[in-house]
Amino acid sequence: MTVSNDKRAASRAILETLGVGKVFGATRALDDVTLRVAPRGIHALLGENGAGKSTLVKCLAGFHRPSSGQIMIGGRERVLRSPRDAHAAGVGMVYQHFTLAPNLTVLENLVLAVPDRNGVSARRIDWKAERARFAQQIDELPFDADLDVTVSSLSSGQKQKVEIIKQLCLGPRILILDEPTSVLTPDEADEVLGTLHEMTRDQDLAVILITHKMREVFAYADRVTVLRGGRVTGDDEIGALDADALSEMMIGEVEIAKSPERAPTAADNVLLRIENLSADNDRGVRALDDVNLTVAAGEIVGVAGVSGNGQTELAQVLAGQRRAMAGRIQVHEEVYSGTRAEISRHGMHCLPEEPLRNACVPDMSVADNLAFRHFDRPEYSLGGLFMRGAPLARRAATLMERFNVKPREPRLPMASLSGGNVQRAALARELGEDVDILVVTNPCFGLDVAAVAQIHAQLMDARNAGTAVLLISEDLDELLTLADRLVVLFEGRAVHECTREQADRRGIGQKMTGY
Amino acid sequence: MEGAADLGWWGVPLALLAGAVRASTPFLFVSLGECLTEKSGRINLGLEGTLVMGAMIAYGISFLTGSPWLGVAGAAGVGLVMGALHGVICGLPRVNHIAVGIALMIFGVGLAFFLGKPLIQPSAPQLPGLALGAWSDSRAVRAALNVNALFIIGVILTFVMAWMFRSTRIGLAIRTVGDSRDAARAVGLDVKRIRLLTTAVGGAFAGVGGSFLSLYYPGSWNEGLSSGQGLMAVALVIFARWDPIKCLYASLLFGGAGALGPALQGVGISTGYYLFNATPYLLTLIVMIAASSRDRALAGAPGDLSINSSS
Repeated sequence: MTVSNDKRAASRAILETLGVGKVFGATRALDDVTLRVAPRGIHALLGENGAGKSTLVKCLAGFHRPSSGQIMIGGRERVLRSPRDAHAAGVGMVYQHFTLAPNLTVLENLVLAVPDRNGVSARRIDWKAERARFAQQIDELPFDADLDVTVSSLSSGQKQKVEIIKQLCLGPRILILDEPTSVLTPDEADEVLGTLHEMTRDQDLAVILITHKMREVFAYADRVTVLRGGRVTGDDEIGALDADALSEMMIGEVEIAKSPERAPTAADNVLLRIENLSADNDRGVRALDDVNLTVAAGEIVGVAGVSGNGQTELAQVLAGQRRAMAGRIQVHEEVYSGTRAEISRHGMHCLPEEPLRNACVPDMSVADNLAFRHFDRPEYSLGGLFMRGAPLARRAATLMERFNVKPREPRLPMASLSGGNVQRAALARELGEDVDILVVTNPCFGLDVAAVAQIHAQLMDARNAGTAVLLISEDLDELLTLADRLVVLFEGRAVHECTREQADRRGIGQKMTGY
Repeated sequence: MEGAADLGWWGVPLALLAGAVRASTPFLFVSLGECLTEKSGRINLGLEGTLVMGAMIAYGISFLTGSPWLGVAGAAGVGLVMGALHGVICGLPRVNHIAVGIALMIFGVGLAFFLGKPLIQPSAPQLPGLALGAWSDSRAVRAALNVNALFIIGVILTFVMAWMFRSTRIGLAIRTVGDSRDAARAVGLDVKRIRLLTTAVGGAFAGVGGSFLSLYYPGSWNEGLSSGQGLMAVALVIFARWDPIKCLYASLLFGGAGALGPALQGVGISTGYYLFNATPYLLTLIVMIAASSRDRALAGAPGDLSINSSS
């Protein structure tokens, strides 16, 4: 970038960070980050997980204080001590994890977040007046919401819209969206981003969009800044860049595991058969409704759907963590109910989402966590009572080597590993021995490109070796890459099924929203 | 219970009603306090200790000053301090609410027994009752309708609290803090401070509940005074689904259950007296079993109410 360019950008920037750095303990999350955001338009912030995008915007939203550098908003230096300061400066942020109180209604959430026009908040709430106020405000916005429903009953897409409405009601000049589309279907994502794109044309609104989806950057952003390892590695108008240039800025020189070939398999020996399966969620509401599904040896069956349409419950029933209310599961044509004996006999393994929380004991060592599936087998225990340390340790070392778990230190507590390594360790446990059936849920959530490629390669290897894989994922691209067949879940029902050849992105996106 | 005998078997429902009104007051105050605390996302199991401390302090102050109402105020003050203590300790990083609650419960009970030793013998001035049954000739009716002012205050407090949760900004703030820490932080609420305040005020309520025990019914200070009512009140909040008005109904039910033994004794059934006295404990067990489910989470529970540690 030339000097004159720099100056022009600076003179009309609504928001600037000048050499911002942030240190957490011994880690430097941000290092000398300079960012200039124009008063109108969508500014994409691109980068891998852990590149510092979230840290940077949290500094802008008043959640973190930068360790060094300045933040300028509207040409003035600002010290943002709290989200409230950021609001006052005109910065609104929609977080990756929703910040709506789930058991309150939409109206109640809005009332608390948005002071009325005069900035006064009466102690007593006049619900009628508040309802009228927000109905009118929402009327003026291109988004829609029902004020009287409880937030927990909304879909992720609707929650996202309420979050955006909440921020827009505050009249921000800068709106930050932290990976807004990770919970949306492609159509919903297009709707939300398209609407915001229009808004930034018509009024003084700058949108900072954090994403790792290249498609969205090219479709909606005006300018893009790329972060890697807490530093800016690229910054330019979108027209001046192409996808290859962007991914190099994002990833740098990391070796990406090659995706193994999809070997031809017969896929006629059905190992997992789910018949008329129904189950309730934690609230006692039907979450899985009459689902039929088969997975044969040597195929990957993908389960697509927007988060919260029964995927979690399906995985839990298969793992023996939730009771089925109706229907049955057959493994190797035998009735299966998820007991440890059955799991062991049938080689049925499950990798739930967020394995550190759902499938590991964080404070136990990596070696212990790796032993959960087989510590009671004769070769690892004396008389079924005493664990044999040496064989277990040898096995842990082998698995960590094979699945590239770093650091290669079996005695570290599981919780000390990074997200990608926890995921690989959990996968090592589930794939490490003879596994006939593997159920995985969102295996790559929150991982960087290199880690994703490794895990995809391992799943494909397992498939090629004859494992029946049920891949439950909210990432449609991942499913389209890996699956031989796709099933779409909507409101707990399997509403659509197609083969890999028939699958098209748009059509599946529509089925995910119930068309 | 001589009066109940005049009415024969009719004395049983009347005595139950009277018992419900009389014995429910401590349940009501403790459960309202716990309801307030839990609505903000914290559990204070220490209220049993606060209740006993409140009872002892109220009795002591009433004995020394001659004013039972000063005793009630003192009990509220001690409750406030003990609640605040729980609130402050839980505000520290990596502190578990449950463990702190149990520690404070044992501490409160122990401290009350230690400081209250000299109060077992003397008798302190008691809170007066309001004779709402003065119109009746029957002594049983008059006894049953002799209502304590604290009960009436408790009923008013119930409705004030329900209104506060529903229609005031502070109520909405408490519910938000209890439902989602992140949501509360994002709208600029100070989660720790709000939880500290609700825990402190909740403790004050429990202290007042304790003063009723020593200054009205049973109306003396001894070590068996509470017999776990503070703990039962915590179960009662779950039964009441974190709704103050249901806390009132549930308190009446528990109070009535506690009066079953004495009421039956009044009509001459004394076999199984101790068994009937165990009714509230049995009821607690039944409530906990009925409220639990293998398949679903508790409906109406504040979303952030967790048994985990941290703020």
